[in-house]
Amino acid sequence: MILLWLILILLAAGLLSWLTARWSHSLPRWITLLAVSLDLILGLMLWNRHTDLLTSSAVGGWFEQASWDWIPEFGIRFQLALDGLSLILVILTLFLGIIAVLASWTEIQEEVGFFHFNLNWILAGITSVFLAVDLFLFYFAWELMLIPMYFLIAMWGHERRVYAAIKFFIFTQLSGLLMLLAILGLYFAHHANTGVYTFSYSDLLGTALDPGLARWLMLGFFIAFAVKLPMFPFHTWLPDAHTEAPTAGSVILAGLLLKTGGYGLLRFVLPLFPEASREFAPIAMALAVTGILYGAVMAFAQTDFKRLVAYSSVSHLGFVLLGVFSWNEWALQGALMQMVCHGVSTGGLFFVAGALQHRMHTRELGRMGGLWSTIPVMSGAGLFFIMASLGLPGLGNFVAEFLVLIGAFRVDVTLASLATVGILVGTIYGLKLMQQAFHGPNVHDWKLRDLSFREIVLVAMMAVALIWLGLYPQPVLDAFVPAMRGLQQASALERTL
Amino acid sequence: MSTTDFTALTPLLVMTGALVITMLVVSFHRNHFLTASLTFLGLGAALGSLNMAASVAPRQVTPLLIVDSFALFYGGLVILTALAVVVLSYGYFEKHECLREELYLLLLVSTLGSVALTMSSHFVSFFLGLEVLSIGLYTMVAYLRGARLSLEAGIKYLILAAASAAFLIFGMALIYAALGSMDFGAMAAKLAGGADLPRALLLPGLALFVAGIGFKLAVVPFHMWTPDIYEGAPAPVTAFVATVSKGAMFALLLRYFYQTQQNTGAVFLGLSLIAVASMFAGNLLALLQENVKRILAYSSIAHLGYLLVAFLTGGEAGVQAATFYLVAYIVTILGALGIVALLSNGTRDADRLEDYRGLFWRQPLLAGIFTAMLLSLAGIPLTGGFLGKFYIVAAGVSARQWGLVFVLVLTSAIGLFYYLRILVTMYSRPTEAAGESLAYRAPPSTTGSLLLAGLTMLLVWLGVYPSPMLHVIAMMTAALGS
Repeated sequence: MILLWLILILLAAGLLSWLTARWSHSLPRWITLLAVSLDLILGLMLWNRHTDLLTSSAVGGWFEQASWDWIPEFGIRFQLALDGLSLILVILTLFLGIIAVLASWTEIQEEVGFFHFNLNWILAGITSVFLAVDLFLFYFAWELMLIPMYFLIAMWGHERRVYAAIKFFIFTQLSGLLMLLAILGLYFAHHANTGVYTFSYSDLLGTALDPGLARWLMLGFFIAFAVKLPMFPFHTWLPDAHTEAPTAGSVILAGLLLKTGGYGLLRFVLPLFPEASREFAPIAMALAVTGILYGAVMAFAQTDFKRLVAYSSVSHLGFVLLGVFSWNEWALQGALMQMVCHGVSTGGLFFVAGALQHRMHTRELGRMGGLWSTIPVMSGAGLFFIMASLGLPGLGNFVAEFLVLIGAFRVDVTLASLATVGILVGTIYGLKLMQQAFHGPNVHDWKLRDLSFREIVLVAMMAVALIWLGLYPQPVLDAFVPAMRGLQQASALERTL
Repeated sequence: MSTTDFTALTPLLVMTGALVITMLVVSFHRNHFLTASLTFLGLGAALGSLNMAASVAPRQVTPLLIVDSFALFYGGLVILTALAVVVLSYGYFEKHECLREELYLLLLVSTLGSVALTMSSHFVSFFLGLEVLSIGLYTMVAYLRGARLSLEAGIKYLILAAASAAFLIFGMALIYAALGSMDFGAMAAKLAGGADLPRALLLPGLALFVAGIGFKLAVVPFHMWTPDIYEGAPAPVTAFVATVSKGAMFALLLRYFYQTQQNTGAVFLGLSLIAVASMFAGNLLALLQENVKRILAYSSIAHLGYLLVAFLTGGEAGVQAATFYLVAYIVTILGALGIVALLSNGTRDADRLEDYRGLFWRQPLLAGIFTAMLLSLAGIPLTGGFLGKFYIVAAGVSARQWGLVFVLVLTSAIGLFYYLRILVTMYSRPTEAAGESLAYRAPPSTTGSLLLAGLTMLLVWLGVYPSPMLHVIAMMTAALGS
């Protein structure tokens, strides 16, 4: 029941913010902040309540479930469940949700109510994606989070927002429809085997499939998640969408929407189609490494702050793909850590970019330079997030990339070594960004307002999270390990036709 | 004919009665509100009388008409849609300086023909119903005599419809020559039993038959009239053409092929080609349009293509998927064209894309409703259109029609582009030049807004909790098989 509340609170807060906007512009902000915080508290309570289940010896198992009949004619149920993997990602969602509200506190002045409606509904959609264990519900939520995101980019974005929003929408919608085909293929195959129509994840696990069909169905799921992740060569929507979105939009896109792709790979592709995925793994890993290198090189070539960070996301998310398809304990833990840490560190970078644009009305690195002398606090924040992003030991991203590389090394030495080069290039573009934006002489004579108290609180929250993840990642890993063992076990299930 | 037969036909009788009464009232006392109310009441009574007819269903009344739950369901759908069109027409024609009352007579005639179509089980009643429907439509399309586009559309529709009727009747003649019967049931028996049927007569007959039906459904290659008629006709009439006329024709198509099972082999191939061509042509040509009514016209071609996919998957699942999709589509397109009707004024219809620039900032409610309708057309969750599309894809996958389903998926992704284009226009900030666009008029009529709000709720209900509707449709198709 508490799982349903997580979603309902956000949906209700969305409607309420829209309605109250006519009386006051700050009401929607406070309502959203309160709702998301309340949800976060509920999430942390769940974590606390189940620490006993999160011992490293446990295997699989949901620790919260809820299920209602929805469309019995098709065997569709409104079924939610939570395990360690969902829990961590839901908490990340709500944490970044708070960041997004705070980051847009003064940036958004038009249609405040509708903006917060969209923000709440995106968060509700993402939370449902992480909680849904009925494949129809999953698809429903998957599609549902697109519309508010589309509005967020198209209405509050920057210069080329319409183009970016439409591109984003069409890419994700088409790939989503392919996933729908695959879901239905699986649904009917399961019916052919057992005579039962069901979309339930736990029932569909272990469905015996003809290898040819399994390959196609796996590809259907894979493409949908690879577009979201994004994997090279399906990444082209990302730089546009990230760059044109308002700050809150970029934070949510980079921090959360991309993670739904990684989550889908972990939760669905490998456990549902183990043989087909194993066959496909070398290709996926090669594409992952291509993405890591390509994203890094492209990031180096950018002159736009947000675009640079966007390409760096392509590079960093390559590690998630690499880790998932290595499918051993180190790599999987690394992939999850990478999802969480990338969410926070890139969220931080997009916040800095947004704050700069709000003050300077430009994102061009060429127009910046020497900003440290006028806004030292913000520059310090920039330095911190850049260091986190390039993998400085002591911060979360280092742990993540390190784990992925160890795991991948045991599967394929060449690919792991090439991926390491990606980290190196990452250092170069990170330092370049730092150098061009904040260091050097202040040639354009910028006199800017430094971070406000609200913004400092926001930066501090993210910084503390990254340091905690870097120094003591054990609680996160502990929460994930049982779920991970469950997934690995599911993918090793005997499937007899 | 016995009393029971008359009971079964009450919906038709009530509508005929309402038609005569309204006509007499109009000839003695012209009053727009009175006429519209009488029409509304007449249609409402016909809707109520479906209950009476249901008490004796299923019943074959003469060889021509059958009153079964399929006919009752589609008849009810047609009448409900006509009721909505009456409400839209009242608000729309209030703004026009012309003789308004005759429109309602024509509308009643056409609705009568459509209901007859849903009940027909014989070529003769099919043709009669079709002609009664069409004769009302010719005049309705050209109703605004002062407007050049409307007249042009009327003439175009008249000539093309007459030609297609000729094709249809020739096709019927050939099928009759081949099978020796015009009754669907008898034809089915003949087809099932007959070993040596004259295929040289049958196939061309079916081809012409499909061409005649295809014209009314506006599928490629019989779609040429659609954009012009959609654009030229007054917005409520466009809504009528898009919903009642197509819905009734589709009901007949479903019944005919479900009974005779002729959609195999060459016919299946032909219909598949029509479906694929409609999906591609509709979605691609819609990309090039600047006029909202024309965009909706091309999108309707694509949507009829989707419907054909459901129909082609065959069996009960196909009929159910098609019916659900049709219900969702009718609700959606009524809403979309309802918005156009509501924003139009006495001089012209609000059909330019520019008319919608910044609508969200001036009339958030209407923009919200239009958004829901467009999202439903695009097949996005929370709307009936999403579930309809899901149902069609599911039916296609279960029948292993991968090719058709892939085309559907691909073309609906193309289709997103022009729906998003309208959305973007609505949500973009108003520009200086937009002062003259129609989005800045006074607030629209209350009845119209209420109707549209109701349609939106219905749409969301279909998209979120479709079980009751699915249940009704399942009962209806079960009766069709027996």
